[in-house]
Amino acid sequence: MSVELSVRRRLGAFQLDAAFTCGAGLTAIFGRSGAGKTSVINMIAGLIKPDRGRIAVDGRVLFDSDQRIDVPPHDRQIGYVFQEDRLFPHLSVRQNLLFGRWFNRRRVSSTSLESVVALLGLEPLLPRRPSTLSGGEKQRVAIGRALLARPRILLMDEPLASLDSARKGEIMPAIERLRDEGRIPILYVSHALDEVARLADTLVLMTDGRVAATGRVDDVLSRLDLPPLTGRYEAGSILRVRITGQDERFALTTLTFPGGTLRVPRIDRPIGAELRVRLHARDIAISTKPPEALSVLNVLKGRITGIATDSGPFAELTLAIGPAIILARITKLSRETLGLHDGQEVYALVKSVALDPRAEAVNERG
Amino acid sequence: MFELTPVEAEALALSLRVACWAVAASLPLGIFVAFALTRIEFPGRSIVSGLVHLPLVLPPVVTGYALLLLFGRHGPLGAWLEASFDVVVAFRWTGAAIASAVMGFPLMVRAIRLSLESVDRRLEAAAHTLGANRVWTFLTVTLPLTLPGILAGAILAFAKSLGEFGATITFVSNIPGETRTLPNAIYTFTQVPGGEQEALRLCLIAVALSMAALLASEIMARFLGRRTQPDVG
Repeated sequence: MSVELSVRRRLGAFQLDAAFTCGAGLTAIFGRSGAGKTSVINMIAGLIKPDRGRIAVDGRVLFDSDQRIDVPPHDRQIGYVFQEDRLFPHLSVRQNLLFGRWFNRRRVSSTSLESVVALLGLEPLLPRRPSTLSGGEKQRVAIGRALLARPRILLMDEPLASLDSARKGEIMPAIERLRDEGRIPILYVSHALDEVARLADTLVLMTDGRVAATGRVDDVLSRLDLPPLTGRYEAGSILRVRITGQDERFALTTLTFPGGTLRVPRIDRPIGAELRVRLHARDIAISTKPPEALSVLNVLKGRITGIATDSGPFAELTLAIGPAIILARITKLSRETLGLHDGQEVYALVKSVALDPRAEAVNERG
Repeated sequence: MFELTPVEAEALALSLRVACWAVAASLPLGIFVAFALTRIEFPGRSIVSGLVHLPLVLPPVVTGYALLLLFGRHGPLGAWLEASFDVVVAFRWTGAAIASAVMGFPLMVRAIRLSLESVDRRLEAAAHTLGANRVWTFLTVTLPLTLPGILAGAILAFAKSLGEFGATITFVSNIPGETRTLPNAIYTFTQVPGGEQEALRLCLIAVALSMAALLASEIMARFLGRRTQPDVG
């Protein structure tokens, strides 16, 4: 376990009472604004002190109110990428990058300036001042600066929030590369579900200062009780798929996952490439019979494993497609008309347009 | 060509020496006090702040007399300085420097304080997360970003010192070659018949000196500003 956390703190009328553990890879702390996400990582960094609790990273206790341990921030070996870049305006990009490395020079690490500069494409920026950089460039430098401090864990507080989508596209691949290198666990705060779906391995869902759910991102997002927290319109599930075929004539790509295949508009990635796709619950229709004469390409046979009907006109279903779970949202009327019930075999009609792995394809280019 | 008479040269050199020493000696303390007043919560903070600012509102003669009582050879600080370091400041140029430093101190602290308050605390938090403890953060982040204010404070104190008259003449008198700074010299010439011409020449020197100090600060501020402020346009 790389992070064990259990903290309480009262901030005015707001009560933060959060506990979770997370391991390697990228863990997203997800929730609406004001859910206490940033407070949690500020506590890990030592910038806010919990009233009570315990925080350990990599087995090293950073805070323990019972044992009166409170390691000062500069001793915590934490890399922190803030929402705003917080680059030092009086230093050049190179000096900014090397700032943390100097203070942590005795720490053994394979992270070199060259490797970070290469990873984030910073070479042309090195002699410049932060004030001359674009938002995306600044945030890349900030990530590099945090990495060069040789941290045990990287904290990222909505690093993309202040950027437009083009700039996001510039940074997401860098974060993915970091995650896939797997050398350093990442805690990533976000309120954007698309970022979380694309980047996270593990999800910590926070609401009103509490942790509502923790688990693998695909599991948590497929749970029926959580759409009210994640945002109903955005509700959906994630499938980890592999490219198994390219149809040149119709420009379609075949994606395979344990449980079935999907055909989607062509993705320019080699056969065998693994990626994640997201199925919005609102884009899945249900049929009780094998559908015929239909323009929808993707029909998956599955079984209903849960129905939730407490949300206005809609009913949310979880469907088991082999070992994979997907979410579907239909009207209560349809549910009645079709007489849907738990355990029933049904066909899920996935509109091709709902599969949007273009964002994933940026990987290769980036 | 404007040539200095030996008397003028002596007063000018003395004024510059007094001002430089006053600023150099009080600057570290000024930075520390400004930092303490903006960043450290301690009991009696408003009293310290009041004490620092007192010379700004007191009649300079009062400040000078208080210095005389404290630093005179029989005063508590004066006796201690003489006993411990064999240093006498009463009626010496060093005493003039002390008077200048005390009078300029509030201006210096104010300027540094304003600059410190405008430093983004979030940058300091970022430095902490990168492994810099409080001292290093102060030296590598806070201090460089406060430089424009420190510079402004130093220039203000320097200019104040060049013009300091009341506290100086009360504390260390008006001894040629020892404590007769430019203002003291001007005062002396206005007190003797036929000294108007000399007084005017010294006034022109004082104006030139002050202008030079202001210009120097302007140039340095622009240089520092280019380094630390976001470029516009």
